[in-house]
Amino acid sequence: MVALQLALVMIVAALASGFVPALVCPRRPVWIKALAFPLLGLAGLAGIASGALALLGGQSGDLQLPFGLPWLHSLVHLDALAGFFLLVVGLVTLVAAVYAPAYVREYAAGPQPLLPLTLFTGPFIAGMALVLLAADAFTFLVGWETMTLAGYFLVAYQHQHTANRDAAYVYLLMSQVCGVFILLACGVLAAFGGGFDFAGMRAAQLSPAWASLTFVLVFFGFGIKAGLVPLHVWLPQAHPAAPSYISALMSGVMLKVAVYGFIRFSYDLLGTISWQWGALTLFFGCLSALLGVLYALMQHDLKRLLAYHSVENIGIIFIGLGLSLVFAGTGHPALASLGLIAALYHCLNHALFKSLLFFGAGVVLQQTQAHDLEKMGGLIRRMPVTATCFLVGCISISALPPFNGFVSEWLTFQTALQGPVLRNNILGALIPVAAAVLALTGALAAACFVKVYGVIFLGLPRSTQAAKAVETSTGPQLGQIFLALLCLLFGIFPTATVAQLAKIAGQFFPDAMPQLTAQGWLWLTPISPEIASYSAPLVLFGLALAWLLVWLWLHPRRRRQPVSLVSPWDCGFGPLNARMQYTASAFAMPIRRIFAPVWPMHGGYQPPSAADPGGRYQLHIGDWAWSKFYQPLGRLISAMARRLAIIQGGNIRAYLAYSFFTLIVLLLVVSL
Amino acid sequence: MNGWLLAIAQTLFMAALAPLLAGWIKWLKCRLQSRSGPPLWQPYRDLMRLFGKQVLLAESASPIFRLAPYVVFSVTALAGSVIPMLAVGLPTSALADAIVLVGFFALGRFFLALAGMDVGTAFGGMGSSREMTIASLAEPAMLLGVFTLAMTVRSTNLSTMVSFLLVSEFQIYPSFVFAAMGLVLVAVAETGRIPVDNPATHLELTMIHEAMILEYTGRHLALMEWAAMLKLLIYMVLLTNLFCPWGLAQDLRLAPLALGLVSVMAKLLVLGIALALAETGLAKMRLFRVPQYLGLAFILCLLGMLSHVVLEMN
Amino acid sequence: MAGLHLPLIEQLVLCLAALVLFTSFLLLAQGRIVSLIHTFAWQGGLLCAATCLMAINSGRYHLLISALLTLALKVFFIPWQLRRLVLRLDIRREVETIGNPSLIMLAGGALVLFSYYVVLPIRELSLLAARNTIAVSLAVILIGMLMIISRRKAVAQVIGFMSMENGLFFAAVVATYGMPMVVELGVAFDVLVAAILFGIFFFQLRAGIGSLDVDHLNRLHEKDQ
Repeated sequence: MVALQLALVMIVAALASGFVPALVCPRRPVWIKALAFPLLGLAGLAGIASGALALLGGQSGDLQLPFGLPWLHSLVHLDALAGFFLLVVGLVTLVAAVYAPAYVREYAAGPQPLLPLTLFTGPFIAGMALVLLAADAFTFLVGWETMTLAGYFLVAYQHQHTANRDAAYVYLLMSQVCGVFILLACGVLAAFGGGFDFAGMRAAQLSPAWASLTFVLVFFGFGIKAGLVPLHVWLPQAHPAAPSYISALMSGVMLKVAVYGFIRFSYDLLGTISWQWGALTLFFGCLSALLGVLYALMQHDLKRLLAYHSVENIGIIFIGLGLSLVFAGTGHPALASLGLIAALYHCLNHALFKSLLFFGAGVVLQQTQAHDLEKMGGLIRRMPVTATCFLVGCISISALPPFNGFVSEWLTFQTALQGPVLRNNILGALIPVAAAVLALTGALAAACFVKVYGVIFLGLPRSTQAAKAVETSTGPQLGQIFLALLCLLFGIFPTATVAQLAKIAGQFFPDAMPQLTAQGWLWLTPISPEIASYSAPLVLFGLALAWLLVWLWLHPRRRRQPVSLVSPWDCGFGPLNARMQYTASAFAMPIRRIFAPVWPMHGGYQPPSAADPGGRYQLHIGDWAWSKFYQPLGRLISAMARRLAIIQGGNIRAYLAYSFFTLIVLLLVVSL
Repeated sequence: MNGWLLAIAQTLFMAALAPLLAGWIKWLKCRLQSRSGPPLWQPYRDLMRLFGKQVLLAESASPIFRLAPYVVFSVTALAGSVIPMLAVGLPTSALADAIVLVGFFALGRFFLALAGMDVGTAFGGMGSSREMTIASLAEPAMLLGVFTLAMTVRSTNLSTMVSFLLVSEFQIYPSFVFAAMGLVLVAVAETGRIPVDNPATHLELTMIHEAMILEYTGRHLALMEWAAMLKLLIYMVLLTNLFCPWGLAQDLRLAPLALGLVSVMAKLLVLGIALALAETGLAKMRLFRVPQYLGLAFILCLLGMLSHVVLEMN
Repeated sequence: MAGLHLPLIEQLVLCLAALVLFTSFLLLAQGRIVSLIHTFAWQGGLLCAATCLMAINSGRYHLLISALLTLALKVFFIPWQLRRLVLRLDIRREVETIGNPSLIMLAGGALVLFSYYVVLPIRELSLLAARNTIAVSLAVILIGMLMIISRRKAVAQVIGFMSMENGLFFAAVVATYGMPMVVELGVAFDVLVAAILFGIFFFQLRAGIGSLDVDHLNRLHEKDQ
């Protein structure tokens, strides 16, 4: 079974890319790069091939591996859902392997050795692939923990900085909590199913109360890893700490693996779905989308901003999943599959454009040696290829036609619009409000990316380093161009993509399938052509036609009168300098004033003093989740721990007494 | 094939009509202010003059600056081809539904804002910042209004929405009344008219749209201004045809099309008078009162949706 | 289902119900006292029109007397008295800043949905074509109560109280073709007396604590601080 074997090749190649350089040449960076990244690229290719065969070719299969516990060998299973996510993981891994060699040159010359970076990237990818293939709880959790632990070492790679160590600690802590939730969920399912394999769990009959409890465990467990508000606090700290291509892998694929886990457990293993689960998912999805984008708007550290946008996009994916669960729970399987297709499409799109943005950010950060948006500017002239690809990423993430981000948001809107078919009119009235929240999110995301692109690439350079930046080398350029082309392709040919995604939805809702591509490859009609239709190729054609007509009309005038360059309008006050243009904080100020209660803000203006003759303006924006949720929780746990610490009195006779009384109690229990 | 030709002809007609509408509104405002006002075809003369002038580019401008006018105009022209102006049932209506239309305008606005940030002046950044803020508050209201209509009509296809009132028997829908009020408020914000933005000002603290196109000259400026006039025409046609579609042609024969033409011109005449009266009577709001204005639009659209759920469903 | 197909009069009643709800929201958001009084008068006028239409539609002409009473009291007399009061108290130019208007409006929207949910079983029982409006009337009552809680100035709270009574009246008209005349007159005169008493109360309040801000009544408590 070719697809499954290719997937196993992917795992082996990824592990090899980690361990082979460590065994062969641990101290020579050039050899490490020459061995590790091609193997990583091979893993990516294998993943793409395997996923493509599973999804497009319809191949699926099971295999029993000779590893695992004595009474439970590990089972792997490949179907359309796993194949789709393998395809996504493989794509981003391949591009990362092409991008990384030039990128890690700066680390090779730095204070920490290069080896840990490549050593742990391999198990990171291998763990993800194992999670996707797992068909029993043990394999799933082994893969999950491998992914998590490898991720910890990657986040803590530059451990000289305190911020990175703190970020890695928070990441590890939250991942362990998430692991506990998933373990409990597996435990409940295994208890009812009579075994740890997924086939047994699928056949288990849970009462509605137990099913809801399991769903809540699954939701919080995978929600922590995916980054839903208020469980997202590790994301904005971990992503800036890791190297850029690792951030791209974490944001692009690790979060998707969490979404895969959620889909696998709630759609496949839990059986009958209740609509309340969908309402819960929808609520937290809306909250994450809105708060994610609002927090992102206020950041001026580029990678933190992108990390908060990941929170927002995960929120959008969970909105689609929530709608799907609501429709599934109220007996509308066609609409449920439409919602699932919209969510899966957004998974693919987010993996593509977020990786593109992180790769571009990595290049920019390397060239300008600054993390802060306020130190960049005018880079479009210095780095044209990166600027063009980053523009494509910005347009895609702002959900603008004709790129790919728009298609998945459009499908989500169309699913939400079918809310009125629900007989429960309250829910049917709240779903359009959720769609309005999604619209607000999309518009705020566009505002944020105008700010990001305008401040980084347009205008005048705000620091000497930015004025001296140069374009990066071929590897990163190729990677970015490839992802940008994919963004365009998946935006122009949505019908082909949706036709493949419908196979995944067909796994879970085999009876009623929406007729998305019934009108042919040109028209995307989610429910029926009279209700809504969108033709991306014709939109692109229409745009090109209008542009061509205008250009042809104006072209003779261009030849007659050449364009001349002058200085910009400065009101007669003298030449403009870089300090006169809008800063990122200034751009976001109106939104900051309008939505002020959302952020805890302090700081202000201090009049001129001896230390700062020009006065000082400071603004610090935090995250409510820390002060309202985590710190009270932390204080509660510390208080409980202090109470419990009483039993550790230090008195040796007390400890002997504990053993004595435990022995007496056990003898009593046995004698009863 | 007939339908596609008619769609292209309609787009060209809209592009040609937009300056006339802008001229009509300007003439009315002048008369209301007791001035004699320029002739109705003055915007055509302005555009012709600008097309003939030389283009002066700022030294710090990038390719995005030169690209943006073409993108903005093409996107607005494409949006114009999608809406039903003379007839329902054109094949281009299936190209894009109401949500895609909102997406088109968002794409145009994205490039306009980038062009504003491009040269590195304070004016451009200010205009971009304010425009994106107002747009982000207007979009939920607009989409909620569209959804309210779509809940009754059961479609987001623009032709179906417009022909709903034409084909079904006459009914007063409270949800339509509220959605109309909300969408009118949003349309004023999106097209940059008083009380949200003054299209005739160049004072730095009051500009929004004008600030973003301040550095443009020659044919680029002509394209940007033409795109703004076209956007106003598109919004006005959309509002009148969604809520008072009587007169639109339902097939593509000559007589109904002529009737459609006459009816849409009459509706635009009346709507132009209403807009001129509103612009003369109201004052431009402070920027930080615009959220309350758009909040009112959102509440109206929300009331429309609630009216639909509570009052109109069985 | 492509929409209810009702005769014209019932469509107009539905439209008037929606406009009454709109005036409730406007009352929540208004800061100026004179505009509040005018909006309240408009609400009364819309109610009067709705009552007349129900009277004509059903043939129960006693509703016309109710409509006339509503017109006299709620559109003319009570707003006139309130306006005179406002002029005598010299608070005509005061603008009350409402804390967090967007949240309050959203709470109003949530109350509409909540009323709809609560009223669903009653809807099934009623035989009138305009039974959908029962939810609107309950929403008007609840929004009136929200207005009393969220406002600090006493005049605004009185108007909130009166709009609650408007909601009750509307419920009676559309659900059961009006209340018995005795009850109707009793309630109307109660409201009238309440308006007069409020007028006296306002003067005493202002003389007692120096302003009409009810939060200043917080000073009346037992503990020594």
